[in-house]
Amino acid sequence: MAKKIKGLTLHFMPYSEIARLESVERIKKLLKIILSNKVVVLQGRLSSEEETRLIEDTMIMVGNIKGFKGVELAVIEQGDDLTAIQKLRFGIAKAITGQQNALTIIGPATIVKEMKRNPKKLEVMMR
Amino acid sequence: MAIRILRNFTRRLFGLFFKKRKQIRLGFYGPPNAGKTTLANRICKDWTGEEIGKVSNIPHETRHVQFKEEVEIKYKEKSLKFKLVDTPGIATKIDYEDFVKMHMNKKQAQKRAKEATKGVIEAIQWLDDMDAVIVVLDATQNPYSQVNITIVGNLVARKIPVLVVANKSDLKKAEIKKIEAAFPEYDVVAISAKKGKNMDEFYESVFRLAKQA
Repeated sequence: MAKKIKGLTLHFMPYSEIARLESVERIKKLLKIILSNKVVVLQGRLSSEEETRLIEDTMIMVGNIKGFKGVELAVIEQGDDLTAIQKLRFGIAKAITGQQNALTIIGPATIVKEMKRNPKKLEVMMR
Repeated sequence: MAIRILRNFTRRLFGLFFKKRKQIRLGFYGPPNAGKTTLANRICKDWTGEEIGKVSNIPHETRHVQFKEEVEIKYKEKSLKFKLVDTPGIATKIDYEDFVKMHMNKKQAQKRAKEATKGVIEAIQWLDDMDAVIVVLDATQNPYSQVNITIVGNLVARKIPVLVVANKSDLKKAEIKKIEAAFPEYDVVAISAKKGKNMDEFYESVFRLAKQA
């Protein structure tokens, strides 16, 4: 029988909630939720520079906040399994329409054990 | 971000027109335990006879950026000088208890974890100072981890040329095709840094990479 997960909270966040924020504020907002032991499911994705900043800020917090061990992070995006031409077409459409056809999952490492991702699926394993 | 890109671009432009670059700053990036230091050591030993740093099976052995200056690599009667920059593995989580499980005492493990977090930050901060980067991946591990994608995405955003190395290709579990599929836009070279397998093709790729730097 599968183990019962106690007290898991998923925080679904539309991209519009962080769209107008500066990068630093975006990351701060996400990390604040994660620190309250929730798993964030964000519509869309951060820029690669914001993702790096998130890792940096996470590492600072690991060194300074007792019991915080970091985060598990994964992004699943439409287009991961497309060919180069399909990707280009999809990229142009995305640039025009401003769509956020991606999902970013970020959770505290104390709750999320592992995220396994391949082009077709994302598996989130809890502790 | 825009300032960084402009700075890199200006630096390259000046380098191109006003003086020949003395040495190419070649960074080694990737997740922990992918074999970055093993590869940097292999290159250093091949061309200078010395090593750059210590290696270990326990993750986060490299917790500070380490260098080797003036490494002259020769390939087909051409030679190029590199400054090799070996960086700590980039991770999103560090738990001292993982080190305890690897037979480290609690105090040592906590110290290692603390240094490792600082190492990750240091590695990220060095990204801007690279002319070219080798992303070292463990070919037995899933290449689709977000850390790998974030590193490559950052290099692309900074317009830094990338070479992907699928290390540990000598192991049975190695899946080179999976790495090629994960990074179809990049040159992927399968090697075993530990055993020195396929190093000729690797050096050929490094010269191609240096041309873009």
